[in-house]
Amino acid sequence: MDNLITRHRELTVLAVVLIVQVLGLAVQVKSTNDPQHPLLLRYWAVSAITPFERVIVHSRDDVYDVWHNYLYLRGVRQENRDLKEQIKNLKLEGARLEEDANQGHRLQALFAFKEQSVLQPLAAQVIGSSGSEQSRSVFLDKGENDGIKKDMAVITADGVVGKVLTVYPRTAQVLLINDQSSGLGAMVERLRLQGVVRGSAAGETILDKIMPGEEVQAGDKVITTGGDGIFPKGLPVGYVVKVSQADIFLRVRIHPSANLNRLEEVLVVTKLHDEVPSGNEAAGAQRAADILAARLPGVPEKAPEKAPDKTPAKEPAKESATVHQAKAVSATKPVGSPASSAPQHAQQPPNAANKPETKPASAKPILPKPVTSSKPAVLKPVSSTGQVAQNVIAEPTTAKKIDAKPISTRLTNAKPTDVKPTDVKPTNVKPTNVKQISDGTQ
Amino acid sequence: MRLSTTSPEQVEVYRFSWLAATLIPALAIFFQAFFPVRIPLLAWFDVPLMVTVFLGVTRRNPVTGLFTGCVIGLIQDSLTHHPLGVYGIAKTVVGFVSSSLGVKLDVENAVSRFLVTYGFYLLHQFLYFSVQRGLVGEAMGWAWGHELLAGLANAGAAVALFAALDRFKLRN
Repeated sequence: MDNLITRHRELTVLAVVLIVQVLGLAVQVKSTNDPQHPLLLRYWAVSAITPFERVIVHSRDDVYDVWHNYLYLRGVRQENRDLKEQIKNLKLEGARLEEDANQGHRLQALFAFKEQSVLQPLAAQVIGSSGSEQSRSVFLDKGENDGIKKDMAVITADGVVGKVLTVYPRTAQVLLINDQSSGLGAMVERLRLQGVVRGSAAGETILDKIMPGEEVQAGDKVITTGGDGIFPKGLPVGYVVKVSQADIFLRVRIHPSANLNRLEEVLVVTKLHDEVPSGNEAAGAQRAADILAARLPGVPEKAPEKAPDKTPAKEPAKESATVHQAKAVSATKPVGSPASSAPQHAQQPPNAANKPETKPASAKPILPKPVTSSKPAVLKPVSSTGQVAQNVIAEPTTAKKIDAKPISTRLTNAKPTDVKPTDVKPTNVKPTNVKQISDGTQ
Repeated sequence: MRLSTTSPEQVEVYRFSWLAATLIPALAIFFQAFFPVRIPLLAWFDVPLMVTVFLGVTRRNPVTGLFTGCVIGLIQDSLTHHPLGVYGIAKTVVGFVSSSLGVKLDVENAVSRFLVTYGFYLLHQFLYFSVQRGLVGEAMGWAWGHELLAGLANAGAAVALFAALDRFKLRN
């Protein structure tokens, strides 16, 4: 026996090493290793690699900041002008959303809906990945020390990214929704068909468990169901690009709303909140007309001049034009909504009269600065007719994002006759603090 | 094309300085973790595998090769969300076979390196999926087209990488 082992020393060593690893695998699989407390080897490897990644990413960002903030300022004035225009439009839109929110409160109080809101999103930077196509996960530059915990949802302004899988003191591993072992509860928004989003071997994102015979079409929007308890209901997941017949279920290929191939900055949802809004809150709400009236003096007189051919530029009609703009925003669907990703943006009619929005400034959304400890954001639920809408909105002072059902009919004081959806083009909002709000009927 | 069976006496055995032997795998793993998230196309390449094959066929010592593959694989496993040992087992076998093959084959020219890496890539992927499905029990899909194309890409990249790494070889 000894002779045999000595003669085949190399094969023996190979067998021993393989057996040790197989046993190690068996132990790990059996013990369902708690990702909150990773194995020491995993901990060492991550701790050895991520600091270098962090240094490189942050150094690159510093150089980039110096270049873009102090040296390369071409077009900044024009952009500034455009942004000011955008702010004006957003103020109007904000007033309208205020009314929607109040109406939502009233409805939610009426039906005792629980709303699930995203509080305290924490901005984090992607510093590395697993480097394996079989394990689609990324590492963030924030970890347990920053308040990140396992199973927290990770999103961008565009949509869902994944969930926190393993937490280390200064970094966290996020499992992307296009990983094969991922399973995100999602539904086709138009048909309310529920399925599971996961990745395929070829790197595609699939909406699985949809029965054949369902009329899922390319372009259909896919949103989260909220049933997994990780993601709030109504977050945009992606849109359908191809439907084909698989074994038992339909094979619905979707294009993720968030660009999973080029993740740089993400938001970790550190706190979800269920609450039933009180009726008193709704009772004290201002009406949209009041808000608009209060804001009208601040509305620049340029507004009619900007589109003289489309809106009545006469002084007495100023209020009417303003209301029209607000209505148009609501009629033209999500304004800078994360859900209004590629296909929906493509559907927006070009509008030369509203130059500010033509600036592709939002191609890469600017994400908020970390809000680790700052005040929890104020909840602003938004409703729609009959159904409570799922919305992602931003800080009231900056921008609001809405992804609701058509809400033009809800503008109580607006006349539905003069709506010109092209008068005001939906803006591509750069949110600084995104909050998810949905009905989350539970 | 020199892809012939040679006697152990005919093939040259190389070694590496401890610094190169440590830094080359470390840099390969860092590259694999850092760049694909920025340049998604790079996720097709398995640089640690290329390094495992290179060190194996160059040093031509099966025991060293299997341990090199084992360590590289386990570190790679640490960065994924899979149990430790999936890459470990696959790369251990690749390290062992490449070292054993290095004794029998002369893999000094570009064509033989291309073919050898292509074969090892497919072997590695096969082992990975076998372990993942058979031992871990995860339902992983296998995309033939993707794997064959990725194998070609890796083999092509390996030719260039091996040429660069040749500079660190020390004659034994």
